[in-house]
Amino acid sequence: MCLGVPGQILERVDSDLARVDFTGVRRTVNVAFTPDAEPGDWVLVHVGFALARIDEDEARATLELLGEAIAAELDASQPEPSNSLQLAGEAP
Amino acid sequence: MRYVDEYRDAEAVRAIAAELRGLVEPGRRVKLMEVCGGHTHAIYRHGLEALLPGEVELVHGPGCPVCVIPMGRVDDGISIAERPEVTFASFGDMLRVPGGRRRSLLEAKARGADVRTVYSPLDALGIAQREPEREVVFFGVGFETTAPATALTLQRARELGVGNFSVFCNHVLIGPALRAILDSPDTEIDGFVGPGHVSTVIGTRPYDFVCSEYARPVVVAGFEPTDILRAVAMLLRQLRDGRAEVENAYGRVVRDEGNPRALAALDEVFAVRHDFEWRGLGAIPRSGLRIADAYADWDAERRFAVPGARIEDPKACRCGDVLRGLAKPVDCGVFGTACTPERPLGTCMVSSEGACAAYYAYGRHLARDKMPV
Repeated sequence: MCLGVPGQILERVDSDLARVDFTGVRRTVNVAFTPDAEPGDWVLVHVGFALARIDEDEARATLELLGEAIAAELDASQPEPSNSLQLAGEAP
Repeated sequence: MRYVDEYRDAEAVRAIAAELRGLVEPGRRVKLMEVCGGHTHAIYRHGLEALLPGEVELVHGPGCPVCVIPMGRVDDGISIAERPEVTFASFGDMLRVPGGRRRSLLEAKARGADVRTVYSPLDALGIAQREPEREVVFFGVGFETTAPATALTLQRARELGVGNFSVFCNHVLIGPALRAILDSPDTEIDGFVGPGHVSTVIGTRPYDFVCSEYARPVVVAGFEPTDILRAVAMLLRQLRDGRAEVENAYGRVVRDEGNPRALAALDEVFAVRHDFEWRGLGAIPRSGLRIADAYADWDAERRFAVPGARIEDPKACRCGDVLRGLAKPVDCGVFGTACTPERPLGTCMVSSEGACAAYYAYGRHLARDKMPV
């Protein structure tokens, strides 16, 4: 019930509403709580409201931490596979 | 799915799980409470408990806003819904929650009440606008994650002058619940995995008291497997180092200051009740929201008289113990037998975030004595 889902803003409809894409499903979302969110931005949506903009820098920082954890797990003697996690849809 | 899949990366999950081994003192048991129902479900759905060292036990907390609604309040909702002029709009979760005598909103609907499921409180307001002859009542349930949506909807109702709309407010606050758990003499929680989405609204500062007054660490976490395991690692590190701090491991959506606009809406539309009863935890001071006087005309409790009865949970039901982290669902004598998702005795089995529902869906097939601790 308290879960929010990430979606990408396609367009602003008016000062309070935006069309948001959730991997193909599109809904009109109230963005009164995230007034600075612009088309292209990702937001966390809960019961029809965007509660927060997803901070891409923070998202990447977390992925880097995960990458470090993977690297720490790998033996130096093993061949180095790619240990860089990326945000889905990004070019490496 | 972007911002989801990356945080489920199996390699990363295994890597962090391996880290955890090195962070426990062999033989020293650690009990961590994950507060949020969403965390409970994620842990069971992804089988994360099996990845923890044996010393680490995760217990479930009261972070399921559907689970903590006492049966008497459900009955109050049903009594409003049964009025012929009322269209009762609710999140889907609440429809099967049992009130007294195992009645529910769904059961009332089957008997002719106009009960409708909505995704958002704004949908309920929309019904009121399109059906002016109906008295539309929205069942407001949820923590601070959801309360701002109700607040904004009430602001909109007042702006537009929609007179046939009101809210039956059962929103609750996470901070006082944490305090009640910590004050309870039989809890031995060493640290908390802090709720992720509540924190997008309230920020991380409301958890400071857990550290400063109770000397327990809190790590606010997201809902993907890597998020949860990372939070466990960070808690173990704090315990090992003798620290008790609030850490934010969900920086991609949680800001320390929360969401000021959402908080302002809460301030304007709601007031804090003197106390509010929680299933299993009794009356907790200043833990529930009521509609402020400025919005009295949209307050269903002022518009409709409700029975307001205090109903005891069925004797066999151990929801209260489960919500306080004192029992696991399998410890309940009626788990999976008299109490199932189809015919629930208690709310923990019904709610999409209830611990019993999670066990039933993801772990029940394991023999009781082999259930991961």
